[in-house]
Amino acid sequence: MKLTINGEDHQTDISVLSDLLVSLDFEGDWLATAVNGELVHRDDRPNFALSDRDRVEILSPMQGG
Amino acid sequence: MLTLYGTSVSSRLLLGTARYPSPAILADAVRASKTGIVTVSLRRETAGSRTGGAFFELIRTLGVRVLPNTAGCHTVSEAVLTAKMAREVFATDWIKLEVIGNHDTLQPDVFALVEAARILSDEGFKVFPYTTDDLVVAERLLEAGCQVLMPWCAPIGSAMGPVNLRALSSMRASFPDVPLIVDAGIGRPSHAATVMELGFDAVLLNTAVAGAGDPAAMAAAFAGAIEAGRTAFHAGMLEPRDMAVPSTPVIGKAVFS
Repeated sequence: MKLTINGEDHQTDISVLSDLLVSLDFEGDWLATAVNGELVHRDDRPNFALSDRDRVEILSPMQGG
Repeated sequence: MLTLYGTSVSSRLLLGTARYPSPAILADAVRASKTGIVTVSLRRETAGSRTGGAFFELIRTLGVRVLPNTAGCHTVSEAVLTAKMAREVFATDWIKLEVIGNHDTLQPDVFALVEAARILSDEGFKVFPYTTDDLVVAERLLEAGCQVLMPWCAPIGSAMGPVNLRALSSMRASFPDVPLIVDAGIGRPSHAATVMELGFDAVLLNTAVAGAGDPAAMAAAFAGAIEAGRTAFHAGMLEPRDMAVPSTPVIGKAVFS
């Protein structure tokens, strides 16, 4: 299926959010995830099923004013 | 002591963490400022990158409270989602709410700001809204659930200092019991001292420190200026007058001619 991850198109067979993060080398307890504009809590990622054309956002801390 | 959403804060300087020459200089500036609160943000992570984690670890070692922002958001939905993601990452319900309405001035979209503030307050966030000095907007933000207001004094990063002292004075007079933090536009310690002399409760800075030749020294200078301004506000300052008044008593003055 096709996913948009942080604005870029990806083709993948992985259908669970936590597995997707591991496969793309997104690791760390500092990450936040959202799918289609809705927050997906850290604890919910192993049970979150992805669908074709989902928009996945993976955010991380950075400097800010 | 300043209290923000029930939390006592020892320093009246809030410091941004962006635009420093290096992480080490950022850490030095935070320590020199003696701040208890730093602002942070969220951005898209790159696969395989650990930079976000490294930054977060640095902040943890500094022992300060974080105030995540929604910088870069232009809509209510963007700001609300970013706030929720920040709460997940930083484990705090504090959020510096920015909803930008103008690209050139980075002026907040105050209509969207009020709407987002209401949504987030209803969801348990403690909202620190980046707003203008407009009194009606301030009133609406308080009605929406905000217990702190953060007006700009000039556009973000402009270093202009307070461009409308009368408006800031009106805001202070209109909301005597609301913590008011000047956020954005400060360029020099004298600017910070000026708004503190007006009775503002705190100042939030970033570029003025990060962009200085010696950020740590500038952070210390701002800390001193903010404390001086606060002390002066309580000490009772003289009102300006048109004519001179001799400071040295004239009684008993010798007459030589």
